[in-house]
Amino acid sequence: MLEIKNLHVKIGDKQILKGIDLSIKPGEVHAIMGPNGSGKTTLAQVLAGRVTFEVTQGQVLFEGKDLLALRPEDRAREGIFMAFQYPVEIPGVSNAYFLKAALNAIRKYRNQEEIDAMDFVSLVHERMTLLGLDETFMKRGLNEGFSGGEKKKNEIFQMAVLEPKFCVLDETDSGLDIDALRLVSEGINTMRGPARSMLVVTHYQRLLEYVVPDVVHVLVDGKIVKSGDADLARNLEKHGYGWILEEAPKPQPVR
Amino acid sequence: MAVAVEPVQAYATEFESFEKTLDPVEPEWLRRSRRAAIAHFREIGFPTLKHEEWKYTNVAPVLKVPFKPAILGRPDGVVRERLEPYTFGVLKATLLVFVNGRYAPRLSYLRPLPEGVRVMSLAEAVREDARALEPHLTRLSKYEKDPFAALNTAFLQDGAFVEVPKGVTVEEPIHLLFASTSKDVPLLSYARNLIVLGPRTAATIIETYAGWTPETYMTNAVTEILAGPESVLEHYKMQRESGGAYHFGAMAVAQDRSANASFHSISLGGALARNYVDTIFREEGGSLLLNGLFMTSGRQQADNYTRIDHSAPACTSVELYKGILNDKSRGVFNGNIIVRHGAQKTVARQTNKNLLLSTEAFVDSTPGLEILADDVKCNHASTIGQLDESAIFYLRTRGIDEEAARNILTYAFVADVLGHVKVAPIKIKLDQLVLSRLPKGASLGETL
Repeated sequence: MLEIKNLHVKIGDKQILKGIDLSIKPGEVHAIMGPNGSGKTTLAQVLAGRVTFEVTQGQVLFEGKDLLALRPEDRAREGIFMAFQYPVEIPGVSNAYFLKAALNAIRKYRNQEEIDAMDFVSLVHERMTLLGLDETFMKRGLNEGFSGGEKKKNEIFQMAVLEPKFCVLDETDSGLDIDALRLVSEGINTMRGPARSMLVVTHYQRLLEYVVPDVVHVLVDGKIVKSGDADLARNLEKHGYGWILEEAPKPQPVR
Repeated sequence: MAVAVEPVQAYATEFESFEKTLDPVEPEWLRRSRRAAIAHFREIGFPTLKHEEWKYTNVAPVLKVPFKPAILGRPDGVVRERLEPYTFGVLKATLLVFVNGRYAPRLSYLRPLPEGVRVMSLAEAVREDARALEPHLTRLSKYEKDPFAALNTAFLQDGAFVEVPKGVTVEEPIHLLFASTSKDVPLLSYARNLIVLGPRTAATIIETYAGWTPETYMTNAVTEILAGPESVLEHYKMQRESGGAYHFGAMAVAQDRSANASFHSISLGGALARNYVDTIFREEGGSLLLNGLFMTSGRQQADNYTRIDHSAPACTSVELYKGILNDKSRGVFNGNIIVRHGAQKTVARQTNKNLLLSTEAFVDSTPGLEILADDVKCNHASTIGQLDESAIFYLRTRGIDEEAARNILTYAFVADVLGHVKVAPIKIKLDQLVLSRLPKGASLGETL
């Protein structure tokens, strides 16, 4: 479903990603772990289409299409969704308006009719229950005055309504207390299915206890230095990143 | 009149001949006000950038335009269909139409009003019941400080007179629609309104200033408002002049004990528009909302000058003005709040926020508080900024295209101003107007 080949990315003069190769098949959940500054969020943002990053080499294919050539909105319409680490607050735009606009933009791209008002309401209600959101939620401004946990719930709620094919979850567990983490994880797990893939970017292992990945990759200094199954994540939790750094190939000396 | 050489003298000369045409039975007090006003005008002249109240708006180019006074009583080709876009759909309202400053009864539509309520042409009121006007007309506007208000006072002829007697609630809004049109020569018209709300009354008044681009003309409008004890006033000013027009509009408001007044100023049209609001709490317990929105594009300029005078204790004023500026347009917000000695327990909040949609747009924001009492709660805030790129990106990652994202965020920027509008058909109209003024006139579908 998603094919990342030799991806190099820089911000300004700083090379952040130094050759990422990753292949994610339909239905798979991959986790990217790594210490701070390793390039995890950069990878997530590049997939979503943030322009402040410059791709200097490599390519990303999504269902065979050149993802990097698409505008962010077209990526979303093709079925990519990123749950932000820091969702933006937009007072004056209600959650309801925003979600409907997004849903209809995606439907239009797929030559579907605008969603019927009643269908929208029932869809939204069903998904709200999943995340334990209350009735007032849809009328509130988009993320306006939301707690950290509410914002993260909203990301997963949006994901549940928009039903993307490929989900990038950027540090979705950060700022969540244990109850919220459980709800959010359940939401994510409900979304798992044979046709949907996920890339879970996280610093800690705790989300992965609930959302058990098929493959775990360790990202260090812009490169994937180790891949394994869910046990790899547990090892990292126990022993930290130190042992991997020692195992990892030394950076090439700069000439 | 030819104003190219010496505009002040030209207006003074114009006044001398104008005075001879006035009805000889016009009351003496009004004649005295006219003369006092023209004398003040001759003294102060037109403002320059050196005047504190005008330091961001240069009126010199306006004075070079050879305006001619509008010839009275001509409908000038204005028919009802052309006014349709300036009305409010299903809103049931008494409509008074003025063309080039003169009452146009055939374009107006008077609905039944509660007993004792008067809604009429000011010219007619001067002729028929000048004594009802005498305590208020020309008394509330501080024309000695404002040259445009002084000219308006000297040359006043027509406009609307609205009077609501004690204890009466007027349910339906009263819409005063001032249409201006200039075919061959740029015309100048004066509109003068007097609104008197008695004790424990309630009314909703809409003033619309309308014109058709690219016609060039000047509107000089002054509205005097007395909000009596415990009255409730909702006032809307819709400035939708021609893109070639010059609009100088002043409102002078006095609030008596526990009067509750809201003024919504929506300024969209005009090459140059000056919206001047001057309010005073004369007695305690009053509350005031000044809610403003200005949107400019091209080379438009919108200048908002507001003054709130807390002369009495325990009054609350909330001021919220927002500007959206595109292209090479300019905006001014100059807000002044004075809390006088003894005006204890005053609450005053002033906020001005501006959104620049282009790198060539410009706005001057000058919030001001002058506090002479010690037991008060006052604050002011002012910001100038662009759309938040991270918010645009966020919306785009959800499938919303960039243009729509920008428009959604622009609309969202003024959602709180529009949220203060309580009359549904007015809110709907305002939403439409704001949306149609967004770049490329995007439709956002339903309200956010």
